[in-house]
Amino acid sequence: MIFQLILIFIMIILAVAASLFKDLINAVVACAAVSLITSILFYFLQAPDVAMAEAAIGAGLTTAVFIIAIRKTERYEK
Amino acid sequence: MRRIVSIIILIIIAVGFIFAFSKIPFGKDKINVANYYIKKGIKQTGAVNIVTSVVLNYRGFDTLGEVTVLFIAAVGLGAVLFVERKIQKNMDDKEDKTKRASLILRTGSRLLFPLILLFGAYIFVHGHLTPGGGFQGGAIIASGFLLMYLAFPKQRINKKTSGLAESLSGLIFVGIGLLGLVFSGYFLTNFLPKGIPNTLFSAGIIPIIYIAIGFKVGFELTGIIDDLLERSR
Amino acid sequence: MSGIYNWMYYIASGGLILIGLYIVLVKTNLIKIVIGLNFIDTGINILLICIGYVRGRTAPIFSRPGISPANVVDPVPQALVLTAIVIGVAVLALALSIVIKVYQHNKTLNVTKIKGLKW
Repeated sequence: MIFQLILIFIMIILAVAASLFKDLINAVVACAAVSLITSILFYFLQAPDVAMAEAAIGAGLTTAVFIIAIRKTERYEK
Repeated sequence: MRRIVSIIILIIIAVGFIFAFSKIPFGKDKINVANYYIKKGIKQTGAVNIVTSVVLNYRGFDTLGEVTVLFIAAVGLGAVLFVERKIQKNMDDKEDKTKRASLILRTGSRLLFPLILLFGAYIFVHGHLTPGGGFQGGAIIASGFLLMYLAFPKQRINKKTSGLAESLSGLIFVGIGLLGLVFSGYFLTNFLPKGIPNTLFSAGIIPIIYIAIGFKVGFELTGIIDDLLERSR
Repeated sequence: MSGIYNWMYYIASGGLILIGLYIVLVKTNLIKIVIGLNFIDTGINILLICIGYVRGRTAPIFSRPGISPANVVDPVPQALVLTAIVIGVAVLALALSIVIKVYQHNKTLNVTKIKGLKW
């Protein structure tokens, strides 16, 4: 139980950090870390199917799509 | 000014959340309709994984709608990013020389790519026995193709073949549903023999539809990444 | 002390939804706004899964003979969220493609500087 509490605490801090970063690549990597922690929480909530989908999609493909979009536009938030 | 107003709005929404969440007890037994699926699911569908039997058997028509939404999103992305071919070739020639992945990435992805494809195929073939299924397996296959795109930026997948496989798997989904309509009167009925639970060849039409969904989701997400890389700019 | 254990998943989902709404309301960068929408999506998925959770029970997969039907969690929210995640990434890619087109037309990602949107 205390392990999940620590994970949720780290997740909220990462989400706040993603909103504060000026470099969009850093924000996207924090977003991927939030997705990874979410997939661990799904596993603790007895949902292995959803955990697998979130780990493959949220942490992998979403990050790739964001980084391709940032490469096509601009990297820093002004 | 805008920050203050939005923080006030967020505080109001947070108070609403607290009132709503305090009415929902955490970890208590709130199962209503799913009791039927849990008790009769194995006998009626033959699938050991109840989530799979809910996705493909009890709510299979819903899943057909979700796959349609995925297809429409991919088509819309291709339409938004449409550019002429000529402009794009000129752009490619200029920035070709600088883009080359490192030796470790190229060798490692060449080694890992078949294993990732095999793992994705395992996930969606065993969808009715273990956690997993077509959506997860398709996502794993798409991440394997993403790895190849990162390692070899100039190579592309064959769009005709991938489009053909994608539309064929969609047609297989609809065709199996129509066969159910022919054999027993309802769309997407499980008309094949159920077999013994916990074996690979069981659960009737569920493994076939999940294989079709796996191919469809895998090629759809690969096509999305390919469109984003190639068509824009 | 057991109160926080009952509330922690609600705090996670509600916190993610509120942070996402804050990003959407305050930030002016278009890609930041899409990141906020992604956070709202994740928070709602956590909320749905933790409504279906029952304490002390196991996942709804009868792979071993020892698991009885009275001892599993609710499978319906899991089936719902499973498809919602896959739809989420496709719709996110569509939103990012629109962002790329807006950047190509206006050469900026700042919402307040895009004059074509005002009427």
